[in-house]
Amino acid sequence: MAEPARARPKITPETQHYWDGAKAGELRLQRCDSCDHAYFPPRPFCPKCGSRGVSVFKASGKGTLYSYVINHRPLAPGFTEPYAIAVVELEEGPRMMSNILDCPQTPEALELDMKLEVTFQTIDDNLTLPQFRPAKG
Amino acid sequence: MRRNQVAVVGAAETTKLGVIPDMSQIQLHADAALNAMADAGLKPSDIDGVATAVESPQQIAHYLGITPTWVDGTSVGGCSFMLHVRHAAAAIEAGLCKTVLITHAESGKSMIGKQPRSFQADSLQGQFEAPYGIYGPPSQFPIPVLRFMKTWGITHEQLAMVAVVQREWAAKNPRATMKDPITVADVLNSRMIAYPFRLLQCCLVTDGGGALIMTSADRAKDFPHKPVYVLGTGESVETPMVSQMESFNSSRAFKVAGPTAFREAGISHSDVDHLMIYDAFAHLPLFGLGDLGFMPYEETGKFIADGNTRPGGKLPLNTNGGGLSYMHSGMYGMYALQESVRQMRGIAPAQVPNAKISVCHGVGGMFAASGTIIFTNEK
Ligand SMILES: [Zn+2]
Repeated sequence: MAEPARARPKITPETQHYWDGAKAGELRLQRCDSCDHAYFPPRPFCPKCGSRGVSVFKASGKGTLYSYVINHRPLAPGFTEPYAIAVVELEEGPRMMSNILDCPQTPEALELDMKLEVTFQTIDDNLTLPQFRPAKG
Repeated sequence: MRRNQVAVVGAAETTKLGVIPDMSQIQLHADAALNAMADAGLKPSDIDGVATAVESPQQIAHYLGITPTWVDGTSVGGCSFMLHVRHAAAAIEAGLCKTVLITHAESGKSMIGKQPRSFQADSLQGQFEAPYGIYGPPSQFPIPVLRFMKTWGITHEQLAMVAVVQREWAAKNPRATMKDPITVADVLNSRMIAYPFRLLQCCLVTDGGGALIMTSADRAKDFPHKPVYVLGTGESVETPMVSQMESFNSSRAFKVAGPTAFREAGISHSDVDHLMIYDAFAHLPLFGLGDLGFMPYEETGKFIADGNTRPGGKLPLNTNGGGLSYMHSGMYGMYALQESVRQMRGIAPAQVPNAKISVCHGVGGMFAASGTIIFTNEK
């Protein structure tokens, strides 16, 4: 029996560069050309000053664990509980949701503010998902 | 908005609460509305303003036989009804309508005539949160709490006490879904839902509804029950994505809505006799106490654990038992408003003696929206 399908993002014109980046092994953020504000999720203008002059850049992929839950309810298709749903604070400032891979899904192993690094989870030919794991070294 | 110009003159919940398998969602709206109209001595033809959430105002108006001159379909989650009260007060003051009916109902448990909640795969939430396994509020709403605990030194035991104290209130309420006393150990040994929260720290899932009727203070005196005046109001929204909140140490929407209402009311925190803070999960009262300015965030956990919000305490909080023990159909804000109105009328099952000012604070989504209403029974 095939594994039930997990929720898949449906890409929009404003987010295409982000998902293309994930496939290419890059975490892509945007920065305002006028006020230098780095932001996420993607949009073709700066949410701080309203300028349409923004650029896509490759993020360092470094971050820290801002907060999380460990979900124990067996409801999300394609996931095996318990699994952490985390929010990562990126070095560049924005935060994003992620799972924490290559790490026990326990409160002991998941320490707030621990250093994380981006990794790319290939779901299938059409979808690569940015994820985070404990930073090496 | 000017103080005490508009009053609640009708208030009622559905005849039954809990599991109501013999009624669809639209009929739950009607049941609550008919009860509120009976409470106010009104007929559908007396209503000229309609506000509701999730269901459309046109659906509610037509089902009930109302021809409105003003409608509000603001639908920002469980606090939508706080926003409706605020908007209705402004509309009545501006002369857009005279008598407003606000309805809520949700077949949250039985799911009859209710669309399942979902978001589109091409929404921002669908793209940037759903792929990480969020599924329903228990997997999302508690995400900020570990950060809040670390920043402010809040303990698991203090968060368990939120549920314990609210059960004490629920025990006094015949209509509460859960009435048996619980201990901190019961809470911390209940089934894990989404660490750090366990079953008893998560809201109930029930069926029910409620309705309010509002009119100008001048007309309010002619109704059967003691008018409950709107003293202050506030509202705001932040983000539908919990991951994108400005901070997990507080809620920006709370910090805008709450203080706006206090300023409008012209009261200080020591004037508050009764407090409702929408408790979909156990951390919300702590956020609310801090964001509304009752005390520094560091003190919120201890304040509740020390018994200050329990029956007989100095700040009675969630006196119907709250979403944790009274009922939670999915959009609980209406039930918090109903309890504030009961307290101001002096008819609550766990009545706070001589309560004159009630603050009712709501949340929508996962800290996505907020509305605060301050009521008084003195003009
Ligand atoms: Zn900018």
